[in-house]
Amino acid sequence: MEQTMKLTLKVWRQKDKNAKGAFESYQADNIDAAMSFLEMLDVVNEKLTKEGIEPIAFDHDCREGICGMCGAVVNGRPHGPRKETTLCQLHMRHFQNNDTITIEPWRAKAFPVIRDLAVDRSAFDRILAKGGYISVKTGCAPDASVMLVSRENSELAMDAAACIGCGACVAGCPNASAMLFVGGKISHLGLLPQGRIEAKKRAVNMVKKMDDEGFGACSNEYECQAVCPKKLSVSNIARMNRDYILGSAD
Amino acid sequence: MATLNSKIPDGPMKDKWTSHKSKIKLVNAANKRKYHIIVVGTGLAGASAAASLSELGYNVNVFCIQDSPRRAHSIAAQGGINAAKNYPNDGDSIMRLFYDTVKGGDFRSREANVHRLAEVSNNIIDQCVAQGVPFGREYAGYLDNRSFGGAQVSRTFYARGQTGQQLLLGAYSALMKEVGRGTVKMYPRMEMLELVVIDGVARGIVVRNSVTGEISSHAADAVVLATGGYANVFYLSTNAKACNVTAAWRAYKKGATFANPCYTQIHPTCIPVHGDYQSKLTLMSESLRNDGRVWVPKKAGDKRKPSEIPQEERDYYLERKYPSFGNLVPRDLASRNAKFVSDEGKGVGQTGMAVYLDFADSIARLGKKVIEERYGNLFDMYECITGSNGYQEPMMIYPAPHYSMGGLWVDYNLMSNLPGLFVIGEANFSDHGANRLGASALMQGLADGYFVLPYTIGDYLAGSSWGKTAVNHAAFTEAEQQVKERIQKLLNIKGKKTVAEFHRQLGRIMWNKCGMSRNEKGLKEALEEIPKVREEFSKNLALLGSGNELNQSLDNALRVSELMEFSELLVRDALYRKESCGGHFREESQTPEGEAQRDDEKFCHVGAWEYKGAGQTPTLNVEPLEFQEVHLAQRSYK
Repeated sequence: MEQTMKLTLKVWRQKDKNAKGAFESYQADNIDAAMSFLEMLDVVNEKLTKEGIEPIAFDHDCREGICGMCGAVVNGRPHGPRKETTLCQLHMRHFQNNDTITIEPWRAKAFPVIRDLAVDRSAFDRILAKGGYISVKTGCAPDASVMLVSRENSELAMDAAACIGCGACVAGCPNASAMLFVGGKISHLGLLPQGRIEAKKRAVNMVKKMDDEGFGACSNEYECQAVCPKKLSVSNIARMNRDYILGSAD
Repeated sequence: MATLNSKIPDGPMKDKWTSHKSKIKLVNAANKRKYHIIVVGTGLAGASAAASLSELGYNVNVFCIQDSPRRAHSIAAQGGINAAKNYPNDGDSIMRLFYDTVKGGDFRSREANVHRLAEVSNNIIDQCVAQGVPFGREYAGYLDNRSFGGAQVSRTFYARGQTGQQLLLGAYSALMKEVGRGTVKMYPRMEMLELVVIDGVARGIVVRNSVTGEISSHAADAVVLATGGYANVFYLSTNAKACNVTAAWRAYKKGATFANPCYTQIHPTCIPVHGDYQSKLTLMSESLRNDGRVWVPKKAGDKRKPSEIPQEERDYYLERKYPSFGNLVPRDLASRNAKFVSDEGKGVGQTGMAVYLDFADSIARLGKKVIEERYGNLFDMYECITGSNGYQEPMMIYPAPHYSMGGLWVDYNLMSNLPGLFVIGEANFSDHGANRLGASALMQGLADGYFVLPYTIGDYLAGSSWGKTAVNHAAFTEAEQQVKERIQKLLNIKGKKTVAEFHRQLGRIMWNKCGMSRNEKGLKEALEEIPKVREEFSKNLALLGSGNELNQSLDNALRVSELMEFSELLVRDALYRKESCGGHFREESQTPEGEAQRDDEKFCHVGAWEYKGAGQTPTLNVEPLEFQEVHLAQRSYK
């Protein structure tokens, strides 16, 4: 059996969107190294509930690193210290006995906190509604083998499409820019022949919406790439810029 | 008694769907915008249906419990999606996919539905490619296929190990396109807590906004439930934490019949349980079984490291018992056999509840690089969770609850016995019988949403005028009041045990007495024990906060209270079905070799339960299953 740990958590507590938040400290005892970070929070929440303290609100769902629902800034880094790992896939074996762990929500104007660690990321949906799709209706598609896609582009498109929409890129960026997220979708679709037709219009409309939602600009810090749990590359931002410039020139 | 008219069209199997489509009523194009449709759930079925219905011109209101429709649990499906394209030229056809699915479901699905599923499978691939789903391709640019989950042909399309994610993002993009056009209104973080039925017809829903706690009513000309399955009744499952049975259960309590709830799928290749605190189980794609060999030590209690156990002291039990399918037997067989060897004391790992999945031979034959290309993300996932390296030592796996084949009863048009209530995807019962084959959940969700419901819902709507009900109808006011009372009742308990403790307690009963192997004694015990847990829940639940805020414990308490009620129906159904079929293994009904023994004389039918009021025993309605094309036979994978 792996050894259990004793930890101190400094957690951001905020009742709702309008309340002023603050850090609270909690003890987490008997934490098993094989637990996931969210299981550790579950254990703490059960204890808090029994003590009559309202549990820490945090978003999560699949707990397999694919739904994109979970996320918190752990010791200053979105999703915590492990590279390419969502918070739900971070395990306590990567912490030491007696560690103090600071846990706070994504911080960005476009992602208002709704309670404790849970934020409102609906701005992402609104950006995608402005062009994050290929305008094909159900039923009119030709046979799938009609259109060939080079394996290279198909793989690059898949790399970009791997985005889970968690928002870590925004939380990691000093400007709270959403360019990696938006660039990922623009690249995924624009790299495929069936997505090229709308590529320029897509880039212009999505970028405009991104700006309107209050996300910041890119200043080439590359923090987004560093914290992305799905390895999205900043090349996606370059592709977005190219389509945006082409589209703006039209 | 509810009437179950399956409405299977006449004519030869291969023509049923085509002729049905040409005969069903149509809604005039100019009138479509006058109809309002509610879709609950945004997984593959819900998102594809909502997008397609909106494209046709209907007004669609879509509800999901997560913060975005893209989070639905379809996203976690890894392996792939089946279609009868026959691109690899290995002899696949609609007939063969149909046959495999009926047989794989152990002859407990509705043949006509399965044939339709196989027919539209090809359209799904076309649609997804057009949307930009980046399926795996060969160097020349053609789509690649692989063999998967017990199929003898390569009919599975995949997008790395993230096929569900990519298909869901495709359906989600179609949905967001319609949101952008203004014909779909999206309601995220909203949980359906009641179905509103007026004069026997589904007319709307009551939902709770999980951020503000506000309760609101929504009326429509039809309600579509795409709310997924109920594997979380076992507490530990591969389902996402928020997956629940509430919407389906509320529909049941309003008169929709619940079919075959005992058909639950236990997936063979999951990471074993490691502690009491565990919150969920992680599935690794069963594509791993293509190259991994499953084994346990021959001797019970052998605690040596796997590398120290010589070949002749290992039991590759799937290869031994099923020489023609070997490690690729269907899920129910793979799972049950892992349980059997573990129960014999041959299980491995700390708990003894695990078997090895060994890649050493494949690595020796193909090289580590090939294995890495095929399954790299799964090996990474395994290491991330367990801290152990699957290339260097065998992985350990154990079965876990994964999918529910049972669900609300629907006719051929995917309408429940309540007019106006449609049920699609995992939430309905029809296509997978008693066992679902790999790579066919994605197929069914998208078939229902893109290519079946958009036609069949028109047949219903064309026969009724629009806008019959408004939310000021007394039925909505009353439903809202009842929802508020349910919430207040939970908040007033102020007991000492958390929701998770109760959920774990329920899960233990279900897993031990109604899991992979079931018998009359255990099931009867479960029926004694569950009411006791419910009773304690109603008296000793610790729940803080109020109903007027984001309160995740309250969300969970509401879900668990419904799961508890539902669990009794599941056990009751398992007790009723005295045969073994697919994922439902009754110990009393097995062949001399210990395989599942169906009883076609007594049980070749769908059992759909009907609610009779609180404290009353539900009644069973029966829809006989007739097999015209695929002849009833004992499944054999030997």
